[in-house]
Amino acid sequence: MSWLHPIWAFSLPIALAFPLGRLMWRSLDVPADRAGRGVDAIVTMLCRLIGRGTPVKMDWKRYSIALLAFNAALFLITFGLLYFQERIPVLNPDAKGSLAALGYKDTAGVDHPGADTAVIFNTVCSFVTNTNLQHYSGEQHLSYFSQLGSIVWLMFVTPAAGLCVMLATVRGLRGDKNLGNFYVDLFRTLIYVLIPYCVILAVVLVGLGVPMTLDKAAVATTLDGAATKFETQTIARGPVAALVAIKQAGTNGGGFFGPNSAHPFENPSPWTNLLSIISIVVLPMSSIVMAGQMLKNMKHAMVIFGVMLGLLVVGAVIAICGESSASEATKGLPVVQTANMEGKEVRFGPVASATWAAVTTATSNGSVNSMHDSLNPITGAVPMTMMMLNVVFSGIGAGFENMVMYIIVAVFIAGLMVGRTPEYLGKKVEAKEVKLAMIAILIHPMLICCGTGLFAANEWGSKTTANPNAHGFSEILYEFTSASANNGSGFEGLGDNNPAWNIATGMVLLLGRFPALILPLAVAGCLSVKKRVPQTTGTLKTDDLTFAGMLLGTVLLVGALSFMPAVVLGPIADQLTVAKP
Amino acid sequence: MSVDTDVEPLARDPIEAQTSKLQRRGTRKLRLFEPALVKMATIQAFKMLDPREMARNPVMFLVEVGTVLTAMVTIQSLVQGAALGLIVYQAALTLLLLLTVLFANFASALAEARGKAQADSLRATRADTPAFRLKSLGSDIGEIISSTKLRAGDYVVIEEGQVIPTDGEVVEGVASVDESAITGESAPVIREAGGDHSGVTGGTRVLSDRIVIQVTAEPGQSFLDKMIALVEGASRQKTPNEIALTIVLAAFSLIFLIVTATLYPMARYFDLTLEIPTLIALLVCLIPTTIGALLAAIGIAGMDRALSANIIAKSGKAVEVAGDIDTLLLDKTGTITIGNRRATHFVALGGASEREVARVASLASMADTTPEGKSILELARSMAAANSEIPYGAEFIPFTAQTRMSGVDLPGGSKLRKGAPNTVAKYVQDLGGPIPDGFQQSVDAIAMGGATPLAVAENDRILGVIKLEDILKPGISERFARLRQMGLRVVMVTGDNPLTAKAIADLAGVDDYIAQATPEAKLAYIRKEQDGGKLVAMMGDGTNDAPALAQADIGVAMNSGTQAAKEAGNMVDLDSDPTKLIEVVEIGKQLLMTRGALTTFSIANDLAKYFAVIPAMFIGTLPELKQIDLMGLATHGGAYSAILAAVIFNAIIIPILIPIALKGVNYRPVGAGALLRRNLLFYGLGGVIAPFIGIKLIDLGIDPLLALVGIV
Repeated sequence: MSWLHPIWAFSLPIALAFPLGRLMWRSLDVPADRAGRGVDAIVTMLCRLIGRGTPVKMDWKRYSIALLAFNAALFLITFGLLYFQERIPVLNPDAKGSLAALGYKDTAGVDHPGADTAVIFNTVCSFVTNTNLQHYSGEQHLSYFSQLGSIVWLMFVTPAAGLCVMLATVRGLRGDKNLGNFYVDLFRTLIYVLIPYCVILAVVLVGLGVPMTLDKAAVATTLDGAATKFETQTIARGPVAALVAIKQAGTNGGGFFGPNSAHPFENPSPWTNLLSIISIVVLPMSSIVMAGQMLKNMKHAMVIFGVMLGLLVVGAVIAICGESSASEATKGLPVVQTANMEGKEVRFGPVASATWAAVTTATSNGSVNSMHDSLNPITGAVPMTMMMLNVVFSGIGAGFENMVMYIIVAVFIAGLMVGRTPEYLGKKVEAKEVKLAMIAILIHPMLICCGTGLFAANEWGSKTTANPNAHGFSEILYEFTSASANNGSGFEGLGDNNPAWNIATGMVLLLGRFPALILPLAVAGCLSVKKRVPQTTGTLKTDDLTFAGMLLGTVLLVGALSFMPAVVLGPIADQLTVAKP
Repeated sequence: MSVDTDVEPLARDPIEAQTSKLQRRGTRKLRLFEPALVKMATIQAFKMLDPREMARNPVMFLVEVGTVLTAMVTIQSLVQGAALGLIVYQAALTLLLLLTVLFANFASALAEARGKAQADSLRATRADTPAFRLKSLGSDIGEIISSTKLRAGDYVVIEEGQVIPTDGEVVEGVASVDESAITGESAPVIREAGGDHSGVTGGTRVLSDRIVIQVTAEPGQSFLDKMIALVEGASRQKTPNEIALTIVLAAFSLIFLIVTATLYPMARYFDLTLEIPTLIALLVCLIPTTIGALLAAIGIAGMDRALSANIIAKSGKAVEVAGDIDTLLLDKTGTITIGNRRATHFVALGGASEREVARVASLASMADTTPEGKSILELARSMAAANSEIPYGAEFIPFTAQTRMSGVDLPGGSKLRKGAPNTVAKYVQDLGGPIPDGFQQSVDAIAMGGATPLAVAENDRILGVIKLEDILKPGISERFARLRQMGLRVVMVTGDNPLTAKAIADLAGVDDYIAQATPEAKLAYIRKEQDGGKLVAMMGDGTNDAPALAQADIGVAMNSGTQAAKEAGNMVDLDSDPTKLIEVVEIGKQLLMTRGALTTFSIANDLAKYFAVIPAMFIGTLPELKQIDLMGLATHGGAYSAILAAVIFNAIIIPILIPIALKGVNYRPVGAGALLRRNLLFYGLGGVIAPFIGIKLIDLGIDPLLALVGIV
């Protein structure tokens, strides 16, 4: 068993995060006197292009409205583009029809071919929320125009929007009254961060064998074509490298192909695998470093970074160890008892697959290179836990936003414990901030528990799982957890392309995204206008090991208390059942 | 005009009568579970079951609703003739949930009863007293009326031995007053018209002389009345931190409500129908009942502790804000130094002998009744240089603000003077006398050393200098070091010149000082600190302190101070002890810490309860979950034992923690980091571990009992 892959997969992005975070700070947090000068002139030019020549200063409310308006526009446009896919004459060499024509099989097993707009609703929700939960298969159902014009476009702007909100939040936390301008921030994050990173990554990926073409699917004549009835084979291809680059870098995770990064065209070798893991986690890591630079409080950022990294490393180690033993199902059978290879690509093996499973769910990426449904039950609990905690680096910007809410609660309780009205970064934390933070924390378990409860109790859930008992329950639980955490990975094994699942997860996706971005922004907005309280020796420190422990404890305890019953009924019961002697 | 002060207190309701039996001094050291109070609180606990009252506390209200639901299910089981085991289990749950609510009510009722006991014993001192009301100031005509009929502005005469009927200000005369009923301090204090010691409190007794006071409080509006209302909860409002914490607790309750409610449909996936009472039991175990039950008690107990320290806080918020104080303004005299300055040394100049200086200084101080004057006499006597007789025909010159000198003109024509060095120097120069060599140097040396120089002159000749020294209170620098550990800045306020002030400040180890402090200077300093975001506390007694007291975030007025000062501050110190500020800050911090610690404990407890209840709930369909029951609880009777054990633990932890809630978590000035680590270890880690042990022990105890009633 080689630990080399995970060691590189962790140490490289950590090493990269510091210079990248600094670079992001210099290019995104532009002080007023440098704005529009030098390279930044491009941003001013683009702003003029959309009629925002002199960007207004925004407070948290205006910023939130801009965010919501932008996303609403994205939603409507993308919905239209996918619905009218077959009528768009360009970039559709394989003549793909409307996504609505996908059809589905209902719980009674009856096929419903034809119009199902629910899948479009689900897909649009999924991509607008930077989630990329896919109830369709890209290579079968989407034209190249849709892949590039809808999917890739959203893959760029939605992580950018998350990063924008984080920028505004950090500005509020450091006491700026002006939280910045959403559109200016959006242009900067795209031009300075995501596009350059993805251009480099895509070129490297092409070099490592990932296809990048606009030609239609290749048709190959098989060698034994005469012997079998299948004389030819259609091999799907397309502008894969471009999509894969932003899919990994932007905590997106939606694959060009249905099998996602397990597909040899998306992830052909261990090298692309390593490059993908690095890209999955490096920008979320860098954004925390950027926050430290912006706040001029690197120690506090390191506390956050440390808590996140600690959780990720522990998760990855559990996953790797969990996968190193054979699946219980094969025990006693006359096969070689090695690590669990079910549902894995031979070119990656159990270690790289388990590492990926932990990293992709910790960050809200959600691309997969193995079948999570086939993981040993305890390993399967790791991705779920990562998504339930939802603060382990998580989405670009979104992870920091989620963590701030836990920090507010930790600061509040710890502040009381040292005998002072709690304060965070020199601002008093009072009823209003606490209320907003608790709502933000409450939404996640509410969406997961209510969704899982609803589907577990009726046919929508019980008839769509591929496995009975606890494992089937895990499939339902995983799907809602992935949706609420805006992760997008699938446990699979779930017949989730039907109106019930499409609509339910679509709504969970939206509710899991926007309140989680806006509530922390509101907290930062409230804190920004407060008077700064001087630090004394009686003040709770938020930049030392003690507070790191407090924060870790808060995250783990709230997580454990919210999700323990569900996890016990799912993966834990699964493990205990299959491990019966 | 003799008034009988020995009147019986008016009849009061039985509860008050019960508590008033407790003697005033006794209440200061009330035992935690005083039988009389426990009885009262128990009755009150049942009265508080009224849902309208329970709704104030969302966590406990949820438990009450759960209790009613469980009771209804139990009745349904009875009617349907369910198995005896099930009925016993459901009935036991109902009872335990009810007990949980009662324990919570008991905790706040007990805290309230303790406050009431304190207040009532205060009130007992000011039972309806006859008062002689003057028609007008200066006249002798008046009438005897009940003290309850006195209005603000009335003039009342109080003679030797009489009880002062209500709060007021002395407008005529001077008297020694026994304030032990209020402060517990037996030494009488002087109250006189004018100046900063004119305030008198109802319920105290005039020991000597006769005074006329002007009533300052409307009936039922005196400080005592206000405070009584406060501790009795009538005007108790939730403080900002309490509101924020209530939101956190309500949100946690909501999360747990969602988690337990969705467990029902989740169990349906496994073809299991969970019993409603069991789900309610799980919910009650999870929601933060421990802190929810004790929250009100902690707040009231904070006020109680302030009261035990003889501080009347005008609101609960004031006590809480005290914990956040960044800067303390402390008067030098009486706080940092012992009382007044004392003469410690005579410096002879210009050929005079030390004895000569002592002799002249003592003569000049014969009529000086200030503590400084007396100390000069004492020092001279110790050198056997003082005449014990006042020469016949001597004419004493009192100190005035204009002359800034005092002394005596002897019959022989010599004029002896003592006073501020520059004044005396000018006096001598005006008479044509020389300034002796080394005069300025000695004066400066004394001032630099933190002492006050007084020059002594006989006619046109300066004989020497008296050194008046401030004596630091023992242990004061250690106390300041402690305050610094707490994160407080101490600022010394003094009327001394900057040189003297700096020297004493350095000696005592304060962070800053305001020299030659005027009320305006104090006010300006407070504003400056507040502009920097700091919270400032100060203590004052004079009317001219009132603006600063009002401006400060915590203004503690001395009870002996003027009415204006008391109105301006948000606390009144009955002992008039300037070091009280330190205690006030500690009480505030303790209050917040107790809330934080018990919240942590309450939530940390939940982990163990999951391990007990979840395997028990699913024992039927998912028996393999038994493996996660780390405590190895009894499995008899469908594991009812485990669930009951968790609920019992959840209930009894409330009364077990009442002492901590009432006494407060120990506060140690060790800095925020160390404090947090300590509390996290005790209440966080302790909170995770304690229920594992507790639930196991209870389970061991109740399992045989359950077997007895047939749940096996």
